Amino acid sequence: MKRGELIRIGLFVLACIAILLLPRFISDFRAQQFAYVGIYFIALLGLNLLTGFTGQISLGHGAFMLIGGYTTAILISNQTPPLELFGHQFTSDMRDIWTIPIAGLVAGVAGFLFGFPALRLTGLYLALATFAIAVAAPAVVRRFADFTGGGGGINLFDVSGRTKAEVVTDPVTFESRELGVDVLGITIPSFNEWLYYLCWTLALVLLGVAWFLLRGRFGRSLRAVRDSELAAASSGVDLARYKTLAFGISAFYAGVAGSLLAIATTFVNPDTFPITLSIFLLVGVVVGGLGSLWPLVFGAIFIHFMQIEWAQSAERIVPNFVPLLGGIDTDLPGAPAVAFGVILILIMLASPGGAAALLRRLGAAITDAYGRYRARRTEAAS
Amino acid sequence: MAEFFQQVVSGLGSGAIYAALALALVLIHRATGVINFAQGEMAMFTTYVAWALITNHGWDYWPAFVGTLVIAFLLGVGIHTVVIRPVERASVLTVVIMTIGLVLTFNGLASLIWSAEVRAFPSPFPNDTWQIGDVAISQQDVGTFAIVLALVTLLWAFFQFTKTGLALRASAVNPDASRLVGVRVGWMLAIGWGLAAALGAVSGMLAAPTLFLDPNMMQATLIYAFAAAVLGGIDSPFGAVVGGLILGVGLNLIGNYIDFVGAGLKLPVALLVILVVLLVRPAGIFGTPVTRRV
Repeated sequence: MKRGELIRIGLFVLACIAILLLPRFISDFRAQQFAYVGIYFIALLGLNLLTGFTGQISLGHGAFMLIGGYTTAILISNQTPPLELFGHQFTSDMRDIWTIPIAGLVAGVAGFLFGFPALRLTGLYLALATFAIAVAAPAVVRRFADFTGGGGGINLFDVSGRTKAEVVTDPVTFESRELGVDVLGITIPSFNEWLYYLCWTLALVLLGVAWFLLRGRFGRSLRAVRDSELAAASSGVDLARYKTLAFGISAFYAGVAGSLLAIATTFVNPDTFPITLSIFLLVGVVVGGLGSLWPLVFGAIFIHFMQIEWAQSAERIVPNFVPLLGGIDTDLPGAPAVAFGVILILIMLASPGGAAALLRRLGAAITDAYGRYRARRTEAAS
Repeated sequence: MAEFFQQVVSGLGSGAIYAALALALVLIHRATGVINFAQGEMAMFTTYVAWALITNHGWDYWPAFVGTLVIAFLLGVGIHTVVIRPVERASVLTVVIMTIGLVLTFNGLASLIWSAEVRAFPSPFPNDTWQIGDVAISQQDVGTFAIVLALVTLLWAFFQFTKTGLALRASAVNPDASRLVGVRVGWMLAIGWGLAAALGAVSGMLAAPTLFLDPNMMQATLIYAFAAAVLGGIDSPFGAVVGGLILGVGLNLIGNYIDFVGAGLKLPVALLVILVVLLVRPAGIFGTPVTRRV
C-alpha cells in the first residue's frame, strides 16, 4: 500500500472517531440535523458517482430517492385500509432498518433499467429526460393511491416497525423524558441520536465502498467514459456495461438515502421528493466538487443548513436593499432558492471545482509553505 | 362528436402555449446549443412583471403585454451576457448547471418579491363561447391560438426577410464563418436569448388566466414544451410549433377518453413522449438527424 493511501485510511479513522463523538458535544436537535446531513451525503455520493465520475448528468435523482423512500414506507406501513399491490396487503410487514437494503436494491434496479434507454441519450438529452422523470414521478405516485397512499401520503409515526425511543413522564415533575433505543446491548439516549448513528454508519460504509470501487480498474473505466466515450470505447471499455452499472450503483445510493429520509421524517408523501430536491442534490455535488468523494460533506452541510437556517439569516440582510423593487413580503419564502441559485452560478463562474478544489489548493499551499520552510532551515543549517 | 371537436379546439389552445415555449427552447438551442431549463421560470417571472404592471401600476392589458415583451427581451439579453457567455466554451454539464441556477434564482425571486400566493391573471379575451352547430368553441382558446400564430408568423418573417434575421441564422449555423464576414456573433446570440425570453413571456401570459399565477406555474408547461420541442425536432422551429399543437390536442384527447390516464397522468405521458422520441427518432419529426464524425 502506498504512503498516500495509508494517510488516507488514517484520516478516515480519525473522521470516524470524530463522528462517533460528535453527539456528546451537541444538542439533541443538532444531532437530528446532522443525521439529515448524513442522508444528503449518501445521496450526493451516489449522484457524484454518476455525474462527477462517469459524466452522465442526472437532474432526477430525487426520483430514485422517492423510490427508496416509498419502498421503506410501504414495507413498514400499517394504513387503514392497508396499502395493496397484486392482492398483498401491507400491514407492518417489516422493521424499518431491514427495509434499507431493500430500498437501495429496488432503486438500484430501477436505476440500472433506466440506464438502458439512457445509453442512447447523451449530455443535454439525458439531463432533459432525467429532469422530466423527477417532475413526473410525484404525479405517478398520486395516481396509484391504493399502493402508495396517493397525495395524502403514508404516516409512519405509529407503526410498530418503526424504531422508537419510549417516552416516560416523571410522576412528580411531569417532565417527559426519552428512555433511549437499545442497539446490540448499547443504549442510545434518544431517537435523534439513534438516527444520527444510523445515518452516519451507513454514510461511512458507503463512502468506503465508493472509494474502493473508484480506486481501481472500475473507477478508471468510469472516468474514461466521462473524459471521452470514443477513447474509452477504443481502449476496450464496454460503454453500455459501465454506464448502466454507474446508473444502478448511483440509484442504489439514492435509494438508501431516500429510505433513511422516510425513517427520519416518519412520513412520506409526493411532496417529500419534489423536483427541487433533485436540483438541490445537483447543487450539493457542485458545492462539494464534481468528481470528489469526502468533500461532498460540505455540499451536504450546505444544502441542509441553507434550507433551514442560513436562508433565515439572509432574510435579515436582504430587506435592506430589496425595497428598490417594491411590494416586499415579510417572511421571504423565496430567499433560500435565490441564495442557492446565485451561489450555484457564482461557484460555476469562480471555482468550478467546488470545495474539493479549494481544499486541494489550500493543501498545496500548505505543502508549499512547509517545503519552503524546510529548505530555509537546511540552508540555515549548512 | 361535438365533444370531440370541443376537446380538439381546447387542445389547440393549450397546444399554442406549449408551442410558444417550445419555440423559445428551440431558438436558444439553435443559437447557443443549450437547453434552457430556466425557460419556464423566466416565463413565469415575466408574467409576474406583467401582473405587477397591470395590478400595481394600473396599466391596460395590451400596453402591459407589449411592455412585458420588451422587459423580457432585455432580461434574456442580460442573462446571456452575464451568465451564459462566460461559460460558452465549457462542458455541457457546466451550462446545464448554470441554467439550473437560473431556475432556482427566478423561482425564489418571484416568491421573494411577489410572495407565493396564487393570483388571478386577467385575460384579454371574453370568457364566452361561440356556437357552431353543436360545438361550443371557447373564445379564450381561439384568441390564444391566434396570438401565438400571429407572433410565430412575425418571428418567421423577421428571420426570413430582415438583415438581422439573416445574421441571427448565420451565427447559429456557423459562428466562426459569420464572425469572419463581420457579424457580431455575441450580440446575435444575445438577441436570440432575448427573443426566446419574449416568446416565453407570451406563453406565460397566455397560460396564466387558466393556470393562475404562482411561482411554480410553468413547471408542468415546461415539461410539455420539452416534449413538444423533442417531438418536432429540437433544432426545427416549425417542428416546435407543430409538436406543441400535436401534444396539446393529443394530451387533451388522451386525458379525456382514456380513463387510466385521466388528468393525473398527463405529465408522465409527456415524459413517455420525450423518452420514446429520443430513443426511436432522436431528431424528432422535422429535425435533421445529427451525424457524429468519429
